[in-house]
Amino acid sequence: MRTRPRLRTETRWAYVFLLPWLLGLVIFQVGPMVASFVLSLTDYDLISSPRFAGLGNYAEMLKDPKVAAAIGNTAFYTVLHVPLAIAIALLLALMLNRITGRAAGFFRTVFYLPSMTPYVAVGVLFLFLLNGQAGLVNQFLGLFGIDGPQWTTDPAWVKPGIVLMSLWNLGTTTIILFAALRNVPRELYEAAMIDGAGPWQRFRSVTVPMISSALFFVVIVNTITSLQMFDQVYTMYFGSQSAQQSSGDAALFYVVYLFQQGFQFLHMGYASALAWLLFAIIAVITVIQVKAGNRFVYYESEPPGAAERGTR
Amino acid sequence: MSHLASLRLAFRRHGRRCRGSRAGAVVLAGGLSLALAACGGVGAKGGTPAGGSAGLTTMGFGLPDEIATTRVAAFQKAHPDVKLTINQGQFDEQAFLSSVASGNPPDVVYLSREMLGTYAARGAIQPLDDCVAKQGIATGDFYPAAQQQVRLAGKWYGMPEFYNSIVLLVNDKAAKEAGADPAKIDASDWDGLSALAKKMNKVSGGKIERFGFYPKLPEFLPLWAKANGADLMTADGRTSQLTDPKVIEALTYANGLLKEQGGWTRLKAFTDTFDYFGEKNPVTQDQIGMMLTEQFLITSMANTSPDARITVLPFEDRQGHPISNVGGNAWAIPKGARNPDAACQWIKTMTSADTWIAAAKARAAKRAQEGKVYTGTYTGNAKADKVIFSQIVRPSGHEPYDNAIKTILAAQAEGLVVPPSPAAAEFRTAWLDAATRVMQGRAEPQAALLQAHGEAQRALRGAG
Repeated sequence: MRTRPRLRTETRWAYVFLLPWLLGLVIFQVGPMVASFVLSLTDYDLISSPRFAGLGNYAEMLKDPKVAAAIGNTAFYTVLHVPLAIAIALLLALMLNRITGRAAGFFRTVFYLPSMTPYVAVGVLFLFLLNGQAGLVNQFLGLFGIDGPQWTTDPAWVKPGIVLMSLWNLGTTTIILFAALRNVPRELYEAAMIDGAGPWQRFRSVTVPMISSALFFVVIVNTITSLQMFDQVYTMYFGSQSAQQSSGDAALFYVVYLFQQGFQFLHMGYASALAWLLFAIIAVITVIQVKAGNRFVYYESEPPGAAERGTR
Repeated sequence: MSHLASLRLAFRRHGRRCRGSRAGAVVLAGGLSLALAACGGVGAKGGTPAGGSAGLTTMGFGLPDEIATTRVAAFQKAHPDVKLTINQGQFDEQAFLSSVASGNPPDVVYLSREMLGTYAARGAIQPLDDCVAKQGIATGDFYPAAQQQVRLAGKWYGMPEFYNSIVLLVNDKAAKEAGADPAKIDASDWDGLSALAKKMNKVSGGKIERFGFYPKLPEFLPLWAKANGADLMTADGRTSQLTDPKVIEALTYANGLLKEQGGWTRLKAFTDTFDYFGEKNPVTQDQIGMMLTEQFLITSMANTSPDARITVLPFEDRQGHPISNVGGNAWAIPKGARNPDAACQWIKTMTSADTWIAAAKARAAKRAQEGKVYTGTYTGNAKADKVIFSQIVRPSGHEPYDNAIKTILAAQAEGLVVPPSPAAAEFRTAWLDAATRVMQGRAEPQAALLQAHGEAQRALRGAG
């Protein structure tokens, strides 16, 4: 009973400290979201006043073949990028986890370094690396007698090329998985070894379940960022007139199309509707992932009541 | 979530500090445009900043050379009371629209003439008829094709600057190896061009070593269509003509050139390796047999490769008449500009014949000092060009370039344009994408252009 007034005071202070963030949330996120929903119901060109158009923009999306193309391109990229990125990041995290001593800090820095490279620079760099005529990627494949594809100009290979580029920047995912690996209790591995488990069995039955919550997190975050892919693709294939001719709409990702509609064609109402469609797609995918993930993810939580017992 | 992406994008693209953002505009613009509007402003906070002098802010213009700095100096000398702020960098449509939407635009903007129609139709830029009358701008000095590009519905929306025309650049070595006299190549003979392209083309071990004839698709589709007697759009800029059989035939032919030389995907990857404006440009490196190009590549080559063995020919339609598409930039005054009077004075100074002549003299003096060739400045102002090419540009002793100047000047007289249109950006994207789909082998010319026609007509109807 005596703790109630103190709790109320603490709660008040908690809200005081949260206030800056709450204000930021309302002003910079909730406000714009509400406003963009209103704009999605209008015909708005950024210059003149918006004119109410009802659900016209949403109906237009159904008839617009480029929306379907952009969703297809983005989905293709996401389906390839997310599993590959997580598999490679996990491999790198496992390697980092085995390195000890001074070298550990060095390699952590090196693995994270690509994340510090500006996306625009990465886009330009990979245009050179992936060039089918003179790029290093095809020169490397040539060492094995493979005649590499035209990564940047053949519409069938443009998206795989973008996936290849995206694997350059796995620093954040790697560090998250590495942190999770560091938290796996050593006793579990020792117990598994005593029971005769080999490396693969230890990985499958100890490591994966123990880092499943981190894996779940990176799957969700990578899926969302993949669906919002913009910077590198825009730099590579839409940043200049010449670049745009390389791909046609083979690299027309959803947010790129949204940008074109908003800022090149001045259809900001339509672009807002596109933004809300993307929001809905991401929300649905995330809900499905959460529902599916809850069946596989192991959360290391205390049994109900344990915390209370511990405080007494 | 997509809003976050937009915000992130906005802040990345706008590396600049927010100035004069207006909370009211932020709330109204909202959504995607909100953050951009808040940070997009580049105009001076007031037309008359502290000190009592008027302010003038530009967007899309830089000071890379004496052609720019000489003219800016002329303006500053004539208007010493105007506090000039030049936001250097290329025109950025997102920054521009955000600044207009937030009520904080620059006073004057420098952009491609092709974009004027879209912005004029939406009211993002102001008509300049009052400016022309008040300042007495000599609009008759501009080339007719340049005038056409900056007028919409009978009103001036911009004043033209520079005049790019298209010519046929031939690598003499490649032509001679193919058994052709470069000076006698007949651009009106499509079968002959195709045969010569194949002879000039070199492929070894699956790698392209020389692109025989680069027809500059998709961006030069309007020129190919014109060569075949068709325009992509009606003269009033309201109706697409992309399904005209002559346009389809032109695209089919030009795409056939690419197919015969190794296919677009390989050729494009090859051209992406070119250093057009350096000493190792594709002609001196023997990577190109011949190509259609804007004249500024030749001007650049005169500077970097004065001894290159080239021949510059006019491009011709199939009846043998010289043709050329022209392009260039324009100065315009955005809606809500705080100091339109100073902007108008600026536009007049930057585009007047006297200022151009002074700039050309500065360029000629610099080239002479460096011991390099001066091939002239193609200004968009016919009166200025007349003086520049009769009094300032002198025979250089490099015959290919001296001859090239004559050809370029002749091509300028034949300048054609895609008419300005209220849906210019969408129209251009539609035909560029269509041609790209054809070149990639994903669509036949007729089907691709039919789709583009539908997209263009929808956009034109939507633009009113």
